[in-house]
Formats: sequence, structure tokens, C-alpha cells
Amino acid sequence: MTDGGAGYGDLDVLAVLNDPVRRQLYRHVAAAPGDVGRDAAAEAVGVSRSLAAHHLDKLVEAGLLAVDYRRLSGKSGPGAGRPAKVYRRAAGEYAVSVPPRSYGDVSRVLADVVERAGLDRELQAAARGAGEAAQGDPEAVLAARGYQPFWDGGVLRLRNCPFRALSDEFPALICGMNLALVEGLAAGAEWSVEMDPCGGGCCVSLQRDGGDGESGEGGESGEGGEGGQV
Amino acid sequence: MTDSSTHSSSSHGFQLAQVNIGRFVAPADSPEIAGFVSKLEEINALADRSPGFVWRLVDGSGMDAMGLRPDSGDDRLQINCSVWETIEALKDYVYRSVHLGMLARRREWFERLGEAHQAMWWVPAGHRPTVAEAMAKVAWIREHGSSPQAFDFRDPYPAPTAVTGLAG
Repeated sequence: MTDGGAGYGDLDVLAVLNDPVRRQLYRHVAAAPGDVGRDAAAEAVGVSRSLAAHHLDKLVEAGLLAVDYRRLSGKSGPGAGRPAKVYRRAAGEYAVSVPPRSYGDVSRVLADVVERAGLDRELQAAARGAGEAAQGDPEAVLAARGYQPFWDGGVLRLRNCPFRALSDEFPALICGMNLALVEGLAAGAEWSVEMDPCGGGCCVSLQRDGGDGESGEGGESGEGGEGGQV
Repeated sequence: MTDSSTHSSSSHGFQLAQVNIGRFVAPADSPEIAGFVSKLEEINALADRSPGFVWRLVDGSGMDAMGLRPDSGDDRLQINCSVWETIEALKDYVYRSVHLGMLARRREWFERLGEAHQAMWWVPAGHRPTVAEAMAKVAWIREHGSSPQAFDFRDPYPAPTAVTGLAG
């Protein structure tokens, strides 16, 4: 969903993901809660460090990942070694549709009208209903919808905001809608849902009722589950 | 308690003032507004300790601005005015803290105003806007749209690059 339209540029960018190893690396980095180093990425995908480095840099070149330099050892000053490259998902959005479609433009116009009309509560009621209509475990549903959930202690946080461009432009309206949507998704299960912005992800977090603390441990859904999303 | 900064660490000796007005859907002491009132202390305390917070306007109680009447003919009109180091600092508080949860519920408590209800402008560091000054900024943005004199998040203007004849 880019403003520049689903033109050839976006297709070029996304075509970089055609390589299966590269795609796995992208998925791993994009879903990780923090920056990912080369070694960790290589290990997660099961390729050599040099092959991972090659593909990660291709992804940076294409604009899909952003790079930073950090001393992973935690040391600083002389003797700490050279800073290592770390990677994270880039902020840019790319979409390709054949034939061309512009749902982003439509959603922006609709959001503007809803905002001007002051229909926040009507929108939230509709979003809650849409959430309730979804079947299944909330964590799985959120993953399938691209939220990229991950456990932060006993709190389920969402690494990605699927509505980023709109929520930047209409934060009160869209984040309120999204909160109601997630509340709807979790309505049948024993979860509590809160507005709890942190980092660059979705502003909503979830917790299992009655379990303060340890639901991220063990079998429920540890970090090992994060590889297969996007 | 509402004055955490006397230095001007950023923006060339200027700080960002912002005003926000809202009209309650019912009298301030009615059950419709109770949910808002019950959160006010917590949300103000969060502002006070947020990075980049400088000052906020309070009434005689010293706690919040609920007692101020920016329009003497309208008992339900509320004003919220504060000063921040930067636009980013204000934005982090407004849209990237639990304050966002208050915004999501704005239509439970506040009427939709047909025209602009907020404005931002740069003030010399240390300046504390008055109610009248803040209301004049709202009037300005209503008449002229977003401009250096009064702007909004969608169309922000940078701080002036030099202090020219303005006393701090």
C-alpha cells in the first residue's frame, strides 16, 4: 500500500524476495521483536554466515530491511571490536496488485469521512463485530492477519501494525478501531486486551486472564514460533 | 509540579505550545463524563513525567484545567494547554502512550466540533501561554488554516531559526 501507486518500482522491490533463502531471512528479521545480527539470522535459517550476509545486504539494497551498527558483545571502547551489522524491517510499504487496485486511496477517503462525521463509536462497534466473527485462537488469528505477535514475558505484543499508513494519519480513529477489532477477536477467549503502545508495532497488547507472568514459557507459543509468519 | 524544565535544550530557544479544546457531551459532573474524570489524574501525571514535557496550564486547584472556562458563555467547553520541548515529544505522549486510549474514547465524552479544535505554535523558551492567547491560536487556525502562527500535526512548521525581538 504505497502512495506512489503499485507501479513497477514496487514489483522490482518485491521480486528481490523471489529467492527462498532471502525470503526466509526477511521473514525472520521482519518478525523479530528487536534487531537481528548476521549470526543469529544465519542460524535461524540454517545457512552459512557469509550466505546470510550476502542476502541480508541484498534486502537492504532493495529497501526491505534497514541496517544499523552495534557492538553485540556489550563492550565498548578500544578492544571491543568492530561494531557488527544488525538488521530490522524497513519502514517502507510495498504492494503489487494485478490488475491495479487502490484500496489504500479508498480507505483514506473513507477514514476522513468517518472522522469528520465523528463516527468513532459506530466504527468501533463494526470492528468489534468483525473481530468476533473470526474463528480460532486469538494468537493464531493475529498471526494470520499479519500482526506478528510475540511474547514479551506474559504479555503478547504485536510487532506489526497492519494499518500503519492509516493509523499514522488518523491515530485516534484507526487505533480505536483496531483496539475494538482485537477485543472482538479475543472476546470468546480468556484474554484481556489493552491499549499499550510500545516501539513501532501495534499499540495493542494482550494478556491471558489469570496468568500474570509466565504464559510465554514452555509450550504456549515461545519465540520459536515466529519464523513462519508474514 | 507542572514545571519540569527551565532550560531550552532544543529548537534554538523555542518551545512548542499546544492548545486543545473540547466540548463535553454532558455537564462535567454527570455520569457520562465520569469515565473521563476518573482517568484525568493518571493521564496528567503521565504527561508530567513524559520526556520533553515542560509545563501545562492548570486552574486554581493546581491539578488540572477542568475549572477553566475558555468561553464564559459555554459551561461545557474545556481547554487543555501545554508546552513541550519538541513536536516529537508531544506526539509521543499524545499518540504513543496510554493517552492514545483516551483519544480512542473521545466521542464518549466530547462532541465533535465542526472546526479546528487544536493548534500548536512556537514560543520563546520559558513563555507560558494564557487562555486568551491559546484561544486566539485556535481562532487563527480556524480562519487561516495551518500556518507558522498556528499549525497542526498534519502540517507542522519548524521552530524559528533565531530569536528576533521576542522576550523570553
